[in-house]
Amino acid sequence: MALLEASGVWKSYGGVVANRDISLHVNDGTIAGLIGPNGSGKTTFFNSVVGSHPVDNGSVRFDGREITRLGVRQIARLGLLRTFQQTRVYGQMTCVQNMLISMSERGRGLGNLFTSQRSAAADRAGELLEFVGLYPKRELLAGELSFGQQKLLEFAMALMNEPKMLMLDEPTAGINPTLINGLIDRLKRANADFGVTLFVIEHNMRVIMNLAERIYCLAHGELLAEGTPDEIQANPLVVDAYLGAH
Amino acid sequence: MLDNLNILIAAPPITVDLVVNGILIGAIFALAAYGMALVWGVVKIINISQGEYVILGGYVTIVLTENGVHPLFGVPAAALVLGVLGWLIYRLVIHRIVDRDMFTSLLATYGIAILLQQLMNTAFGGEVRIADAGLGTRFLFGGIVAIAEIKIIAFALAAVLAGVLIWFLKRSRTGQAIRATAQNPRAARVVGIDTDRIYAATFALNTAICGAAGALVAMAYTIHPYIGLAYTIRSFMIVVVAGLGNLAGVIVAGLGLGAAENVAAFVLGTQYQLAFTFSLLVVVLVVRNWRLARRREYLK
Amino acid sequence: MRAVRIATYLALLAAAAVAPMFVPEYQTQLTDLFLFIVFALTWDLVGGQMGYNSFGNVLFFGIGMYACAVTQVGLVYDVGAYNAARGGGATVFTFDVGQYVQGLAIGLPAGAILAALAAVVVGGLVLGMRGQYFAVCTLGLGFAAGEIANGWEWLGAGSGMVPATPPSEMADIKLFYYYLSLGLAAVTFVVLSWLYTTRFALAINAIRDDEDKAEAMGHLTTTIKVTAWTISAFFLGIAGAIYGNVRGFIDPIDVAFPSATIGVWMILMAILGGKGTIIGPVIGAIIFQITKELFWIYLLGWQRVALGLLIVLIVVFFPQGIVGWVRERRPRAVSAAGQ
Repeated sequence: MALLEASGVWKSYGGVVANRDISLHVNDGTIAGLIGPNGSGKTTFFNSVVGSHPVDNGSVRFDGREITRLGVRQIARLGLLRTFQQTRVYGQMTCVQNMLISMSERGRGLGNLFTSQRSAAADRAGELLEFVGLYPKRELLAGELSFGQQKLLEFAMALMNEPKMLMLDEPTAGINPTLINGLIDRLKRANADFGVTLFVIEHNMRVIMNLAERIYCLAHGELLAEGTPDEIQANPLVVDAYLGAH
Repeated sequence: MLDNLNILIAAPPITVDLVVNGILIGAIFALAAYGMALVWGVVKIINISQGEYVILGGYVTIVLTENGVHPLFGVPAAALVLGVLGWLIYRLVIHRIVDRDMFTSLLATYGIAILLQQLMNTAFGGEVRIADAGLGTRFLFGGIVAIAEIKIIAFALAAVLAGVLIWFLKRSRTGQAIRATAQNPRAARVVGIDTDRIYAATFALNTAICGAAGALVAMAYTIHPYIGLAYTIRSFMIVVVAGLGNLAGVIVAGLGLGAAENVAAFVLGTQYQLAFTFSLLVVVLVVRNWRLARRREYLK
Repeated sequence: MRAVRIATYLALLAAAAVAPMFVPEYQTQLTDLFLFIVFALTWDLVGGQMGYNSFGNVLFFGIGMYACAVTQVGLVYDVGAYNAARGGGATVFTFDVGQYVQGLAIGLPAGAILAALAAVVVGGLVLGMRGQYFAVCTLGLGFAAGEIANGWEWLGAGSGMVPATPPSEMADIKLFYYYLSLGLAAVTFVVLSWLYTTRFALAINAIRDDEDKAEAMGHLTTTIKVTAWTISAFFLGIAGAIYGNVRGFIDPIDVAFPSATIGVWMILMAILGGKGTIIGPVIGAIIFQITKELFWIYLLGWQRVALGLLIVLIVVFFPQGIVGWVRERRPRAVSAAGQ
């Protein structure tokens, strides 16, 4: 069952076609990957899906619902979250506070905000910080963390929100190579234990081939190839796209 | 209000008179706006004290006339005095805040504006002043439209000043360095441009232009210590509508704003003239933001 | 420690409550100070805590002021005629005790509610802008309001409006407003202190730190922003209602919508004390009021120039404020109290 289904998505920026007629789907409970050389339109596609900008043409359905007309906030509240390439956390708040404010608000109105900060969510926040290995740093300001730690915090915050699907934009970029295995492991556990569907943009081939069940490859804004990791690795078009790009 | 509107509709010559006179002062608005755009684009700050330099230029001119000098000499004199003052203010205050966030520059320049307003009030008193150039009135379009000759001269001088400014930016070495810094400060530094000196030059150039514009205002219109902010808001509005770096847009928007204000003052009554100006700013920003929101963007 | 903090606040409150008996010559300045505390705290809610630096909060202050005055007068007389008479003319506009009390009892909430409504309407239009555009827009709003009031005959236009005169039987009305202002400052402080322990506080901090991220996480950012500004406007409206009655005369630009004085002073107070904290604005208000009074006494004729200079100096050289300065020196000393 496709949780995310994009059909014929087009997006142009100032005369350049960043996404050209892209159609793909991500099944519920799976891990999908999005690869492609720099400038192939991957992040633009993510932005198109989560509503950061309106699409020029095409349809995106999430959980059976058409979302191209919705804004970022509404789409996030439906359970579709994304992390950012440059990593975004709330710099002047502590890690714990970052977690607490990321608690799911689904089904609750504004009044819920006028409850005490330290509520039931505090336990879950601690657990998730522990899950990403940031528990000892929980009282530090998020802005004081290293880039890699901020990435982990951003990941934990997303999980805190109990999303149905999480779109991660280059989750291992800038991470110390020795820590990457730990991150892959956590991503897999998030998928298996928390039931979060993952859609991951990645440049690190080892990571994405290890992680994803189905991979889409973009080049020059178009969908070049799709398939299992083995199929993608064997696909000459994909190899060409990467070699040609360098 | 409706009566006045009916007058406009019934007697087109009045509308023409209002629009023409409005365009004449609009040229001065455009001049000040271009200076603000320059500082905004190069030094990356929004200068809330912009209008104060205009008014100070007016007072320089008035002081000259009190000493027997013809006010037209106020244009270069005010440009010189305000240029020096601008350079001083940059050295004392502005250079310390160029690397900080926009709100800091807003608040600091607002503080400078308040400081200058109070100084002008203390030094020159709070009354409305004018620097009389002793010229008459001209009648255009067969006697329908009455325009003070000094306003026509002010318009022409504003155009000349704009021309000089543009020539300076295009042809002189400092001007080219300014434009280079605006486009890419880091690259400018790499080729050996001292960006700090360029920021100072830009700020001083802006205040000089404002001073010259102020001389025109004192001659053709009126000044008092607290009217500076209105000029700042006008400049800001024009830049927002035209966009940074769009000279033609600044001219059109400036002239248009002058005409709009004049017509509005007639329709709404002069007691609401400033209310119109400040409200228009809000309207312009709200409309601009609403249009961006439809593309899921915002003014930032 | 929490107990020490609460004890300190109660001691200060007690001191303020008995001050009129011991230092009656400072009663006016203290009344102003309590209102300044409200200005600084409400500004900081939207500015320091939420990152939306408003130059135009006087909009709500003035709306509250006029709304209360109009209500107080309007319940008894025709407001247009009252203002047109400008103190002269045939009719003498007096209010007996019952009328005055009733007028105030309805006028104060009227001021608060009208100011809050203004925040909802204006906020919806203006809070979609960010950073400098929001700031300059609010600057325009503050001045526009003043100019509109300045031209509106029904409100007295440039000649201003005289609030309802208290009847002579009400002996010390100034003392009454002293305690009313103190009460407002205390209530504002308590309410915001509580607010800063809720998730709402986390939400507005998140908007300040990274609004795009907050949106991407699904927060109802527009609703939150408007709510914050409305809360500020509510208290500012009451402050305005009180101030109009304390001053005894409402000038549209200098008293009701003072953008070049109170409008910027409230920002200065919050920054001076330390923005983004609960005690920062209070400290800033106290120090600012003392400084301002000293300037008025020792720099007469140049006090406004000095205040303008003070703004520049603080913004350029002391942007972290007192709380920030203390934090830099003793990081653990200012604990959750300041946060």
